[in-house]
Amino acid sequence: MQYSKKVLEHFTRPHNQGALKNASGVGMVGNPVCGDLMKIYIKVKKDKKKGDIISDIKFETLGCASAIATSSMVTDLAKGKTVEDAMKITRNDVADALDGLPPIKMHCSNLADEALHEAIKDYRNSLIKN
Amino acid sequence: MQKNIYLDYAATTPVDKEVLREMLPYFGEKFGNAMSIHSFGQEALQAVDEARGKIATFFNATPSEIIFTSGATESNNITIKGVLKSYYSKPKNAKIKPHIITSAIEHHCILDSCKAVEQEKLAEISYIKPGKDGVVKISDINNAIKTNTILISVMYVNNEIGTVQPIEKIGKLVKKINAQKKETDFKILFHTDATQAINYCDCDTKKIGVDLLSMSAHKIYGPKGVGILYVKKGTAIKKIQDGGDQEYKMRAGTHNVPGIVGAGKAIELVQKNGQKDAKKIQFLRDYLIEKVLREIPHTMLNGSKIKRSPNNANFTFRDVEGEGLLLSLDMEGVAGSTGSACSSGALSPSHVLMAIGLKAEQAHGSLRLTLGKYTTKQEINTAVQKLKTVVVRLRKISGSVLEDYYSNK
Ligand SMILES: Cc1ncc(COP(=O)(O)O)c(C=O)c1O
Repeated sequence: MQYSKKVLEHFTRPHNQGALKNASGVGMVGNPVCGDLMKIYIKVKKDKKKGDIISDIKFETLGCASAIATSSMVTDLAKGKTVEDAMKITRNDVADALDGLPPIKMHCSNLADEALHEAIKDYRNSLIKN
Repeated sequence: MQKNIYLDYAATTPVDKEVLREMLPYFGEKFGNAMSIHSFGQEALQAVDEARGKIATFFNATPSEIIFTSGATESNNITIKGVLKSYYSKPKNAKIKPHIITSAIEHHCILDSCKAVEQEKLAEISYIKPGKDGVVKISDINNAIKTNTILISVMYVNNEIGTVQPIEKIGKLVKKINAQKKETDFKILFHTDATQAINYCDCDTKKIGVDLLSMSAHKIYGPKGVGILYVKKGTAIKKIQDGGDQEYKMRAGTHNVPGIVGAGKAIELVQKNGQKDAKKIQFLRDYLIEKVLREIPHTMLNGSKIKRSPNNANFTFRDVEGEGLLLSLDMEGVAGSTGSACSSGALSPSHVLMAIGLKAEQAHGSLRLTLGKYTTKQEINTAVQKLKTVVVRLRKISGSVLEDYYSNK
């Protein structure tokens, strides 16, 4: 199994790593049985022209190298985007941005898009509740 | 550049220089086929016989009880499938499905062979779970024995957690049960996969009471692709591969002469230096375990601390996943192994760690470090220092996800 240079870069020096205090939304996916757990925190700012913007984003991940790299990459892809655009980010976008993932890693540890989408849903739910 | 540190001797070992020196002529000038009548063949045959003699001595066996194979995988396959083949060669047995007992922590080549014959409806299999310490209980073996039990196969030393199984006791139990049987009853054969035990455990086949024993030369500083199956004289077993008449008609195929010469020399070196090497390795291994447990918090040792092969350490680090850990260690120049599924492409984590009662995430967070005769204290110190940094880094990345996962449930 060979990881791309990009994957190894993001694995060794992940971007946006950590937790966000006062996050607007939090999403967690995965389970300990398959070995990968991911949590994504987003901060959303209202922008008059553009709408709801993801102004800050962070992640915490317990998992293999590709789980960490995909988490890191999805935060890069989502930062500064509107929540609508961020909802459209797919696992293929994440894999492509990392110059590909080994085939067996495509599914089991490429969950970061889901974690992001869960965080956005969490944010939207909180708007409804308030 | 600093040299990489190899702590994966249970996966394979480098060929000892003395072993290599003995092997080399048999690739070139002494290239004959050991089955040929001419002088080239005789020269090769003599080398094979010499190796067989050394190996027989080591196992307290006669040379005709030593069968050369391509490795422990093949030896184990011959054992499971060849014993059944012999069983079904007797027409009176056709109606009674035989029973095999093995452990739940065997190497995949035993487990998958058992599953294969189970699926073909050739045998029923009992997979005995070990205790939490990774050691199979003799009473559990005893309780599993039935009138149609024809084979018990339990490994000597587990390859993941290094636990030593009570082979001599099982041998005594089998002997006792067989002695009570009538002439017409099914006798039980006893096999052990001793692949990880040769360097460290008593392998006197008379003393441990086995009928069959498997091993691979590459785990004892010999070459890859050579194995041995000890078959006690008179054991009811048949060959499973058709072809030439090599190996007392038990294993067809041209002899791997250089490999066999290497296996012989490697065994001779274990016989000569094994105890001395084991002492040194155990000292360093104990030092490693103590240092890791003391210096890295939230760490546990998997498997019995005492009933354990001298070269094995297997840890679980909380909030760390094994594949990322291995990869990071490798970047730092330290080679180990893990029970995490993510490193092997398997879907579930190590069956051994799950069998001793670990949670999935604990199995995913495991690291096996296995030492060998070339390991130094300096290497252990460096490896632990690197390990510490890597664990801290990965724990920072995982933060509190695991805790959150359980508190949200
Ligand atoms: C306990 C045990 N049995 C069998 C094997 C298989 O050995 P080989 O791959 O040399 O056939 C191994 C090696 O990984 C082992 O550790």
